[in-house]
Amino acid sequence: MFFVFAVAVGVLFAAGVFLMLRPSVIRLVIGLVLMSHGANLLIFVAGGLRRGTPAIVADGALSPPAGYADPIPQALVLTAIVIGFAVVAFAAVLVKRVCRVMGTDELDRMREEVA
Amino acid sequence: MAVVLPIVLPLITATIGLLVRRRVRVQRAIGVGGALALVPVALWLLFRVLHSGPQTVHMGGWPPGFAIAFTADVLSALLVAVTAVVAACGAVYSMGQIDSRRIAFSYFPLFHILVMGVCGAFLTGDVFNLFVWFEVMLIASFVLLAMGGERLQMAGAIKYVAINLISSAVFLVAVGILYAVCHSLSMAELPARLAIIADSNPSLVVAMAALFAVSFAIKAGLFPVFSWLPASYHTPPAAVAAVFAGLLTKVGVYAFLRMFASVFPPLDPVFAAILVVAGATMLAGVLGAVGQGDVRRILGFHIISQIGYIVLGVGLVGAADPQVRQFAVTAAVFYTIHHILVKTNLYFVAGAIETLAGTGRLTRLGRLAQHAPLLAVLFLIPALSLAGIPPLSGFWAKLATLKAVLAAGYPLLAAAALVAGLLTLVSMMKIWNSAFWQAPPAPARIRGTARLSPKLIGPMVVLAALTVFIGLFPGLLFAWAEQAAVELISAGMPGPLDANMASGTTEGGVM
Repeated sequence: MFFVFAVAVGVLFAAGVFLMLRPSVIRLVIGLVLMSHGANLLIFVAGGLRRGTPAIVADGALSPPAGYADPIPQALVLTAIVIGFAVVAFAAVLVKRVCRVMGTDELDRMREEVA
Repeated sequence: MAVVLPIVLPLITATIGLLVRRRVRVQRAIGVGGALALVPVALWLLFRVLHSGPQTVHMGGWPPGFAIAFTADVLSALLVAVTAVVAACGAVYSMGQIDSRRIAFSYFPLFHILVMGVCGAFLTGDVFNLFVWFEVMLIASFVLLAMGGERLQMAGAIKYVAINLISSAVFLVAVGILYAVCHSLSMAELPARLAIIADSNPSLVVAMAALFAVSFAIKAGLFPVFSWLPASYHTPPAAVAAVFAGLLTKVGVYAFLRMFASVFPPLDPVFAAILVVAGATMLAGVLGAVGQGDVRRILGFHIISQIGYIVLGVGLVGAADPQVRQFAVTAAVFYTIHHILVKTNLYFVAGAIETLAGTGRLTRLGRLAQHAPLLAVLFLIPALSLAGIPPLSGFWAKLATLKAVLAAGYPLLAAAALVAGLLTLVSMMKIWNSAFWQAPPAPARIRGTARLSPKLIGPMVVLAALTVFIGLFPGLLFAWAEQAAVELISAGMPGPLDANMASGTTEGGVM
């Protein structure tokens, strides 16, 4: 299972970097989305992949059961997803605006027009 | 409470500002008032930290390890104090420069959210929260940069946003791996845990350090990954650019200092790489500035070169001699404070030049010294300080860095630093000659001093006075920087030195 997740993270990063290297700014944003998903998935996996052992302290016990699923990476990943959502929403609006102002979605052509 | 107040106050100011979004006058009053109020708050925190040691707050009264921790040591408190000064100057300057359309579009609330993000990044005691504060700061900076929607701004903003999002993704990956390995993200617990892992599996620690270094290098604008900075910093209004130039890259530098002088154990390959990158950054910055013909673009490249000097100090943490190590970090802290004040001021001057002459292009400027002698003086002070001319603050900063580099035994890096310093002086003289001294090539459209309002001059005078003060009495700031360095390094080395840190007061904030 761990291997599958490792490959998934790798594929997300590779696809993200590939899209970012394209000339279109829209693909750039999609690439950023994929890359941040890769990072989120990596944090999730970093907490360990365990099922059926929630980090809940049973009655009378002082600590959660051995081998419990660490809740902190899940909290971290939730925070990161929320932040990523806001940032991507902003980036999408920015790209829309850039395309309209510049009349193109190609980064290279924007440079020519500014100079 | 003192620890979180510099974060809470901008939040309150921003919230009130959002409630009265459309009323430009009220916005101005609240924006400037909130920024001015931050100064005593930050100075109070600095005073408390200097007198009673590092302050830690665990939010909500939860025990350490569960609570969100904010820690103010001398480094954090010093940087928060400088941030407050820059924010106050920036807010007053904005009042004289930002048009009412931008203000009605919540310019001041965004400005304060940016300040909150910067203060949060300086004060957090947790690596993940460092990421969160980075994002708070970045989102505010994205909007401030793109606000107005001019063509030039759009082109700058898309590059800035893209590269910063990549940096954040790398940071997030680094945090994830760090947690998987250490099972903690607290800056207080990490040094000891990383030291143990570094003994058994050094390459793992080097890999993590490299990920953090890449992410911070993008944010600080280091050698191979700096091109976003000169591509974007000349596009927004000067007030925004000045605050960005002063604070944003320095948050990256702070992260470098915190993680590599304190959290990560000194590992040779990492610090050797940082030294090489720092040397290349110094030279790449000044050489990039040579070919530029616009005041703000020249200044943008000089940010990069100066960041190189600061990071040089961080790289020397790998030195074998503990005294050299401490001196290098001291120099880096001193340099950071000096650079925030000077660079913000230079961007203010650039904005004033643009207000007077309607352009920042050197070929179209001239004789400003005749039309605006006060502005000429206000340019010379930070410009000469940046170049490291005694007795201004930059001289002591450069001297300390050079001494540390020579003591560590890197004459080549010292030579690079001297060359970069000389080229900085050449660059500043180029601006002086073209903009202030020689006759303009075309008929000038200078509008005279009357156009410069005290709202623009005031912040420049304050920052220039601070530069001169630090230059004449460097001992005070140097002593504080030294205390910051001792705390940083001792936090990274569990042992007898650790007692210093533990003696600091801990209070449970109820928020």
